[in-house]
Amino acid sequence: MKLPRLKGGTSLWIGGTLVGVAILVAIAAPLIAHTDPVLDANLMNAEIPPGEEFWFGTDAQGRDIYSRIVYGSRISLTVGVVSQLLNSLIGISLGLTAGYWGGWWDDFVSGLTNMMLAIPSLIFALAIMAILGPGLPSLVIALGLTAWSYSCRLTRAQVLSLKSQGYIQAARILGYGDLRIMFTQILPNILGPLIVIATLGMGTAILAEAALSFLGLGIRPPFPSWGSMLSEARDQITTAPWLSVFPGLAIFLTVLGLNLLGDGLRDGLDPQSTTRRA
Amino acid sequence: MLPVLARRLANVIPTLVAVIALVFLLFSVLPGSFISGMGEDGRTTIDPQVMERMRKEMGLDDPLPERFAKYIAHTATGDLGTSFRTHEPVTTLIGVRVWPSLKLVFGAMCFAILVGVPLGFLAALRPGSLIDTASMVGAISGLSLSQFWLGLMLMYLFALQLKWLPSFGYGDGGIQHLILPAVALGVGPMALLARTTRAAVLDVLNADFVRTARSKGMSEPRVVKWHVMRNALVLVITTIGLQFGSLMGAAVVVEKLFAWPGVGSLLIDSVFQRDIPTVQGCILLIVTFFLVINTLVDIAYVAIDPRIRYGR
Amino acid sequence: MSAALLKVEDMRIALAGDGTTYNAVENVSFEIGRGEAFGLVGESGCGKSISALAVMGLLRQPLSLAGGRILLDGQEIQHASPAEMRRLRGKRIGMIFQEPMTALNPLSPVGRQIAEMFVLHQGAGWSEAMDRAEEALRQVRVPSPERRIKDYPHQLSGGMRQRVMIAIALACGPDLLIADEPTTALDVTVQAEIIDLMRELCAANGTAILMISHDLGLVANMCRRVAVMYAGRIVEAQQADAIFATPRHPYTQGLVNSLPRLGERSKHGRQRLREISGVVPSIQSYPGGCRFNPRCPSVTDVCRSTSPDVTALPADGLVRCHHHG
Repeated sequence: MKLPRLKGGTSLWIGGTLVGVAILVAIAAPLIAHTDPVLDANLMNAEIPPGEEFWFGTDAQGRDIYSRIVYGSRISLTVGVVSQLLNSLIGISLGLTAGYWGGWWDDFVSGLTNMMLAIPSLIFALAIMAILGPGLPSLVIALGLTAWSYSCRLTRAQVLSLKSQGYIQAARILGYGDLRIMFTQILPNILGPLIVIATLGMGTAILAEAALSFLGLGIRPPFPSWGSMLSEARDQITTAPWLSVFPGLAIFLTVLGLNLLGDGLRDGLDPQSTTRRA
Repeated sequence: MLPVLARRLANVIPTLVAVIALVFLLFSVLPGSFISGMGEDGRTTIDPQVMERMRKEMGLDDPLPERFAKYIAHTATGDLGTSFRTHEPVTTLIGVRVWPSLKLVFGAMCFAILVGVPLGFLAALRPGSLIDTASMVGAISGLSLSQFWLGLMLMYLFALQLKWLPSFGYGDGGIQHLILPAVALGVGPMALLARTTRAAVLDVLNADFVRTARSKGMSEPRVVKWHVMRNALVLVITTIGLQFGSLMGAAVVVEKLFAWPGVGSLLIDSVFQRDIPTVQGCILLIVTFFLVINTLVDIAYVAIDPRIRYGR
Repeated sequence: MSAALLKVEDMRIALAGDGTTYNAVENVSFEIGRGEAFGLVGESGCGKSISALAVMGLLRQPLSLAGGRILLDGQEIQHASPAEMRRLRGKRIGMIFQEPMTALNPLSPVGRQIAEMFVLHQGAGWSEAMDRAEEALRQVRVPSPERRIKDYPHQLSGGMRQRVMIAIALACGPDLLIADEPTTALDVTVQAEIIDLMRELCAANGTAILMISHDLGLVANMCRRVAVMYAGRIVEAQQADAIFATPRHPYTQGLVNSLPRLGERSKHGRQRLREISGVVPSIQSYPGGCRFNPRCPSVTDVCRSTSPDVTALPADGLVRCHHHG
C-alpha cells in the first residue's frame, strides 16, 4: 500500500511530538525516574510540595510524584494501545464479515452495533469492570470491548461500497477466497481512516482509564496509573493540591497529543477534510 | 411523517430489550452476590439457612430465562424490582434521583450549546483568523481534558481558593450548586460542538447554492441567515443528540466527584454494593433516556429537512 | 455599433498555490453589446467559467482577479467595492449555473428563492414577492405555478429546476445574463427547450447573454459572436457562422472537425471520428510559447518558442496563431 503524502501540518507535528515524548518516557522509565514508584515510600517525606529534591512533590505515603508519573505513562500507554488493538480487531472483523457476507449475519452485527451505541461507553465499561474486578488486564479487556462499533461501522460501510467495484469482482472470478479478498483487497483501502479512529480512540481510552480508576474500578492503588493517582489526590486537594495537578496534566498532554496526531492524520489522508485551516 | 416516526420507535424497542438482556446476563455472572456480600465484612455472620431463604425470596435460584422473562414483564408494568440493599422499590430509589440528574445533564448541554455553537459559527465565518485558531485550539484542548480532573481543578479554584461557589453537593437545588458540575461536564461536548459546527458551516459556505445566493447580490450576513444556518443545523443537531450519550457516561463520574445526588452516583454505589436490581434499573433508565433523545433528534430532522418529510 | 454593455480588457486571473502564483487566465478581452448573444467556448479547464465568475466578482481564494479592466456600461467594476458589486449582481447581471440540483437551497421552497430577488432588489414585501414569483414561474413555462412555488427543489425535475434558476436570474430584468453550461447536466430533449426559453425571454427583454459552453454547435446556434478559449487564453473570436465556415485557429478547426455530421457516411464512406490528440494542460503546467503547440497538427519551431500575437480579423474577429488559416 502506497503511503499517501502526509499534509497534516502543525497538528501532526505537535501531536507527534507529544506522543513521541510520552512513548520515550514510558520506555525509558527506569532510567529517568528517581525512585521506585511503588516501593519507595518514606512517611517522613509525606506531602512535600514540589521542590528541588522531589520535582513534583510527594504524596501522603511519601512517594515521589515525578517517578510515579513517569512509570504511570507505561500504564496509560499500554491501556491505550492494547485496548484499541482489541477494539480494532473486533470492529474490523465484524465489519468486514458483516459487509461482505451480508444476510442474517449482517443483521445480527448491525443489531449488536445499535445496541452498543445505545449504551454510553463509560457505563458499559463500568459494568464489565464490576464483573471482572479491578486491575490492568480487566481494564484493557473492558475498554477493548466498548469502542469497537466505530471501526465496525466504518469498515462495513467501506466494504459495501467497495464490494461492487470491478477489481473485487475480478478477484472473485479468479477464484480468490472470501477471506483473502477481505484482507488483501479491501482492508488496505480502509487502513487510513481506521488508523485515525484508533489514534483518537487511544485518547478516549486513557481518559476512560482515568475515570474508572477515579471511581475505584480501574487501577487500584498503589499502582501509579495517572487515574488512580488522581483518585488518591482528591481528598488532599486542600492540603496538597499538587497531587492533583501533575497526574491530570500528564493525562491532558498525552491525550492532547493523541488528538492532534489523529486530527493531523485525518487531514493528511483526506484532502477534503474541513477540520483543517480553511 | 408519521410512518417515519413509527418505524423509528419500532427500532427502539428491540434495542432496549437487547440492552436489558445484556445487562441482565452480565450481572447474573457477577461473582459474589449481594447476599454473600452481606456477610463479607467479617463482622457479622449470617446463618446459611437465612441466606438460603433470602435467596429463595429474591428468586435468585430460579433459572436464568425465567428470571429474565419475569423481569421484562415487571418492567413493562413499571415495576423495576426491589433493592437488595434497602428493600425499597427500585423505582422509588431512582425516582428521587432523576430530577437532579436531569438538571445536571441539561445544564451541561445548555452550556455546551450556548458556548460551543456560536464559537464554531464565528470560527467558520472568519477562517484563519485569530478567533478561528483560538477557538479550535481551545476546542481540541477541551476534548483532551479529563472531565473530573477539570471538575477537581475548578473546584479547587472557584470553591476552595476563591470561595465563590460551593464545592460540592446539591444544596437547596439552587443554581449556585449546579454551575461547577455543569461546566465540568459540559466542556467536552462544548468542544466537540464547536468543531462540528465550524466544519458544518464551512461545508455549507462552499456549497453551490450559497454561490447562487451570492450571485443574487445578497450580502454575506444575509446569505448566512437565509441560507447557511438551517443547512448547517442538521449536522449540529446530530452531534447534540450523540453527545447526550457520552454526557451521561461522564455524568456518573462528575456526580460522584461533586457528591451530586443523581442516578449516576446511585449507579456507582449500587455496583459496589452489588445491589443488582438497582444497577439494572439505573442502566435501563439511562439507556431509555438516550434512546428517547435520539428519537427526538430524528423528529427534529424531519421538521428541518423537507427531503425527509416528502421523501424521495 | 452602440457602446458595448460589457467590455473585458486584458483580464488576468491568478491562482495561488504551493508557494507560487499561476496565471489561470490571461490576456482575455471581449465585448458584448446590448441585447447581444455572445458565446464563450472551450473544453473543461480552459478558464471560461472562472472568467465569468470574475465578471460577477465571485472569485474566491485561491483564485483572484489580478489584472485587466472590466467595464459595465462604460464604468469600471473590477475594483468595485463589495457593496457596489452586490448592487450589480442580480439587478444588472444575472447568472445561472451548471448543476441546478445543487445550485438551489434544498431546504427552501423554490417560490421563496425566486421571491428573494424581489425582496432584495426591489424592496417588495414577502407576500407581494411570492405573487410575483408565481408570475415568474409562469413566464418560464412551469406548469401549475401556483402549486409549484411551494415545492422544494428535490421535488422538481432537472429541467424545471433550471427554469427556476432562469426565473431567479431574470427576475429583476438584468442587462446581462451569464449562463455557465446551463444545459450540460440536462437531458438532450430538455436542452433544446431551455435554450429556446432563454433565447425568447432575453430577446423579449433586450437582455444580453454570455453563453458559456463546451458545445460549439450549441453556442454557434444561439449566439451571434463566438470566442474560443484554450488554456486560459482566447485563441479565436468570430461571428458564429464564420467560425464554422472558416475556422482560423488549428484548435477551432479541430473542434469543428470533431463534430460528427449527418450524411457524411453516404458522402465519404465510413470514417473514424476525428479528435484532437493530447489532453488539456493543467494550469500549473501550461506549455511555453503557444499553449496549443503540443497538440497542434501545424506546429513549427516558432510555435514552441514564442507566444503568438493577436491578429485582427474582419468583422471584429481575432485569432491568436502563428499560422492562422
